Amino acid sequence: MAAIHDLECRGVRKRFGAFVAVDGVSFGIPSGSFFSILGPSGCGKTTLLRMIAGFEEPSEGDILIKGRSVLSLAPNRRNVKLVFQHLALFPMMNVAENIAYGLRCKGVARGEIARRTADVLERVGLPHAGSKDIGQLSGGQKQRIAIARCMVLDPDVLLLDEPLGALDLKLREQMKIELKMLQSQFGTTFVYITHDQSEALVMSDRVAVMNHGRFEQVGAPRELYHDPVTAFVAGFVGDSNRWPGRVLDRDPAGVRVETDSGLTLAACEAGGVLRRGDAVEVFVRPESISVTGAQATDATDATDGSGEHNRQAGRIEGTLFNGANSRILVRTSTGEQVEADLPQRGPDIGFENGAPVVLAWERTGSKCFARAGEDPAG
Amino acid sequence: MNQRSIRRLTLFMLLAPFLLWIALLIVLPHAGIFTLSLREKVAPLVYTVGPGNYLDFFREPIYWNTLLRTASFSVLVTALTFLVGFPIAYYIAKIAGRRARGALFLGCLIPLWVSDLVRAYGWMILLRETGVVSSFLQWTGIVSVPVELLYNDATVVVGLVYTVVLFMIVPLVSTLDGMDNSLIEAGYNLGGNGLTVMRRIVIPYAMPGIVAGSIVVFMLTAGSYLTPILLGGKNSMWFTEQIYEQFITRFNWESGAAFGILLLLFTSLTVWLGLRLSGQSLASTVARNEA
Ligand SMILES: Nc1ncnc2c1ncn2[C@@H]1O[C@H](COP(=O)(O)OP(=O)(O)O)[C@@H](O)[C@H]1O
Ligand SMILES: [Mg+2]
Repeated sequence: MAAIHDLECRGVRKRFGAFVAVDGVSFGIPSGSFFSILGPSGCGKTTLLRMIAGFEEPSEGDILIKGRSVLSLAPNRRNVKLVFQHLALFPMMNVAENIAYGLRCKGVARGEIARRTADVLERVGLPHAGSKDIGQLSGGQKQRIAIARCMVLDPDVLLLDEPLGALDLKLREQMKIELKMLQSQFGTTFVYITHDQSEALVMSDRVAVMNHGRFEQVGAPRELYHDPVTAFVAGFVGDSNRWPGRVLDRDPAGVRVETDSGLTLAACEAGGVLRRGDAVEVFVRPESISVTGAQATDATDATDGSGEHNRQAGRIEGTLFNGANSRILVRTSTGEQVEADLPQRGPDIGFENGAPVVLAWERTGSKCFARAGEDPAG
Repeated sequence: MNQRSIRRLTLFMLLAPFLLWIALLIVLPHAGIFTLSLREKVAPLVYTVGPGNYLDFFREPIYWNTLLRTASFSVLVTALTFLVGFPIAYYIAKIAGRRARGALFLGCLIPLWVSDLVRAYGWMILLRETGVVSSFLQWTGIVSVPVELLYNDATVVVGLVYTVVLFMIVPLVSTLDGMDNSLIEAGYNLGGNGLTVMRRIVIPYAMPGIVAGSIVVFMLTAGSYLTPILLGGKNSMWFTEQIYEQFITRFNWESGAAFGILLLLFTSLTVWLGLRLSGQSLASTVARNEA
């Protein structure tokens, strides 16, 4: 721990009566990075953010900004600014007044306020919006003003509480990119909380996946996606085929698992060592499954799960068209439904409903986790 | 009957009670009072039309002095009501828990269950020479002789504030209740202290409620009769007392009607001035236009 983090939490816990909303969270965020906290609604994200901003007091633990504990500082003395879920722009002030509010609280001189307000409006790309009323702004513009209002104060850390939640899909996609650009342009540490995994993956340098008040895994988006360490992360980040099953056998390379409906497959242990008979869940990403027409391969060993690859015969049940991300639904001979990416190129093998296909994927493509709350059988 | 006329009829029937109320209880009496006020008595049972009653008002300093006094005291009462009512409303809307909120609000309503008259007599029992407060002060030895706390301006103001404060609290609670707490938190987060947040965020936001409450309180105070008479005594110099005297004691209905019209005009003028000075419009107190 040599470097001083912009923001650091040490064992932060928050209880509301008997209910523990945030349960011993520790992390450090290096200067100038985009850090996301991703978790389902109600997992304690807002509570954590409110503790950092000073609106809630942690029951335990310490919060440090630039290496200094801020627990004894009132919210208005902490140099962390918060973009609220519904933005909380002041409706009785115009845009420039909203931005100037914080500077006036600091006692900045009038001329300086005007200069810095104009400057920050320029940087968020709304140079002429100063005299507009809040009601005249579009959703995306409000968003940028809310960020400008904080950034004009040069905060050590900017906290954002699901700021894109209220926008429509199209605008949300656009704002994701814009937020990322704004962050690298300002060079300020952003802590972004969201329940939308695609927002977190697209924008962040690092992501913490939160569940029931705890951090399940902290890592780069790529790590979370490819090497989840818990079943929750595997299920929450990205799409997966998800099958419950039991460990049949162990071998040097991993485990063989039989799903509850009888599909046998080779898998690797992603979340710790498993024993024979353990109740597990297997996750297979649609893009790690390759689909070929049944006639192109030797179908005799199709259900053999012992080799390097998993191979599975099945019939197409439907197509989920979504441009480049189109998928097909396949019903295997054992009755399992599998979602797989539609091959983009290659021979047109006529993926119409009912067509027989062979699914194949590597052992590393199926990640196996002990099922939570279930004791190993035997 | 086609759809349109059905809809028209429905609208008319829905509006009818309201229109009747306006016509019968507001327009008609005021029109009557106004015509009455323009009637001059030249001989017994002989009348002409003219502004004499109004001129009388301006000719006699005691009349317009009383009106000015009433108006300025009403402004004072309105300001005090705001100072007392705002913290209470803020507490009810923003600080008290969900459960306590209802109880507190109900608590504020309880005084309304007792009639004006009874409440004023309550004050008298407390404040008169032989009353509770006077006896208590004598018992503690702070004063040696009975003190008369009634029949002075301060008592009238206190009594009036007590009577009307609820009409300030109700609109304030409803506007503050509609205010998103995150606005207040944003105010602190951006570096404001308690005073700044109150002055620059809460009060501007609550302005429509403040204006609505102030108008009601001012009008109620300027038009009140019982409290000034009972707590201020015969020489409390409240304008409604003058109107009463013209109508009942002197039996000079024409002059009383003129006074009534003058009170209405003068209070309306004050409200208009107040709106101009605070930069508010009557419409914005009723409907906040927010995106
Ligand atoms: N002031 C509070 N009192 C009691 N429980 C609370 C309070 N604030 C939040 N909670 C509870 O804490 C949990 C986490 O809430 P929150 O942090 O808002 O979740 P998220 O932002 O991840 O959706 C929720 O179950 C919520 O009911
Ligand atoms: Mg939340």
